[in-house]
Amino acid sequence: MLTILSKDLSDFFNSLVAYITIGIFLLVTGLFLWVFPDSSILDYGYAGLDSLFNVAPYIFMFLIPAVTMKSLAEERKEGTYELLATRPLSEWQIVSGKFLASFVIVLLTLIPTLIYYFTVYNLGATPGNIDSGAVIGSYIGLLLLGAAFTSIGIFASSISKNQIISFAIAVFLCFFAFSGFDSFSQLLSLQSVGSTITAFGINEHYQSMSRGVLDTRDLVYFLSFIALFLVLTNLILRGRKW
Amino acid sequence: MSIQVKNITKLYDQQKAVDGISFSAKSGSVLGFLGPNGAGKSTTMKILTCYISQTSGKAEVCGFDVNENPMDVRRNIGYLPEHNPLYLDLYVKEALDFVAGVHQIENKKQRIQQVIEMTGLGDEQNKKINALSKGYRQRVGLAQAILHDPKVLILDEPTSGLDPNQIIGIRKLILELGKTKTVILSTHIMQEVEAICDQIIIINKGKIVADDTLKNLKDNSSGKTLEQIFIGLTN
Repeated sequence: MLTILSKDLSDFFNSLVAYITIGIFLLVTGLFLWVFPDSSILDYGYAGLDSLFNVAPYIFMFLIPAVTMKSLAEERKEGTYELLATRPLSEWQIVSGKFLASFVIVLLTLIPTLIYYFTVYNLGATPGNIDSGAVIGSYIGLLLLGAAFTSIGIFASSISKNQIISFAIAVFLCFFAFSGFDSFSQLLSLQSVGSTITAFGINEHYQSMSRGVLDTRDLVYFLSFIALFLVLTNLILRGRKW
Repeated sequence: MSIQVKNITKLYDQQKAVDGISFSAKSGSVLGFLGPNGAGKSTTMKILTCYISQTSGKAEVCGFDVNENPMDVRRNIGYLPEHNPLYLDLYVKEALDFVAGVHQIENKKQRIQQVIEMTGLGDEQNKKINALSKGYRQRVGLAQAILHDPKVLILDEPTSGLDPNQIIGIRKLILELGKTKTVILSTHIMQEVEAICDQIIIINKGKIVADDTLKNLKDNSSGKTLEQIFIGLTN
């Protein structure tokens, strides 16, 4: 598993994927946070990172599928999956190695944003006047959301050998998992079970974490979400007919 | 016997790719797998390497059943697939390092250097795989297959698309390896079979039509060349 992790990671760093992903994430969040007047902290006037945490899921929705789309699809297309499958590696080791490699990239995109936190921390009228609890909660929420999107991406990459298809499916699934359930719950005919449906969506749990409250229910939700997609990927690899 | 195959059948939908074949191979010999395209050679090899599973029948490699102990089988097998898929973005040494990592080989560096010398990759060892010519790519594939010093080597058309000098180089290596290991190779080149194989299996439409030593095969067919025997059996 570690061997696959390190091979895929060096692949990301040799092929610019890692740098472009990290660069674009920082560029877009930077623009939203400091330049675009609608969401800029400077115009907003409050020492908070809300706009970062509001916009980040939508950037992840596109960036993470872009990172994960090739992980299994390319192995399949190039035939190198045969190399992996005939080595003493279980499907589970392959899937978790691939998942972790992409997740490390997600982690690396988030680490530089800590600078935003320190900037806002010091920019406040009284330095340090920021709700650090909420920021920590939001970061944990964002990490878990990133991991959930990564598991969706790996799953989408396993069902097709065409990277574009994998990408499109992953973006759709990420979008739907994030906000689809919320929108469905607002349908008139579903309003009686609205809160149950919302609870299936990522957004509900993400918002709850960003309030700075670490609820075990949210943790369990995210972990089982990730596990579900990794298990599905594992099943697909086991049942392969190619 | 390091390879035992009993009555293996593989169905793709309705089509029988392999139809009840049985054979065995012992250690220290090179077994040549001959047959027209689509005869079921690659399918049999894929079953032995646990890449696909058979519809019925039983196959054992080094005493391990391919369905019950696939991990042990894979540890004992070195496999060069037909189209030699490689990670083109990796450097030669990186690719070998990856395989060494998967097999948790001790003394990685030493072993990688040893295999690079065995396969004649010395001059190209610091290049990226996508910068290599076909012959050298084939050697990288072979190096990956023998890196963990497997008891059984399965090579699917190891010399296809190589120039004559490269073919002779690879054959020498296979002969050398065949002294201590079980080697199964498939090929379309008859001279190759005559040059390196101890035992020959000819397979046609999923069935074995000949399984003998080269000498017996020739003795029993009144002076025909191997090519004529092959055409006679498969046409």
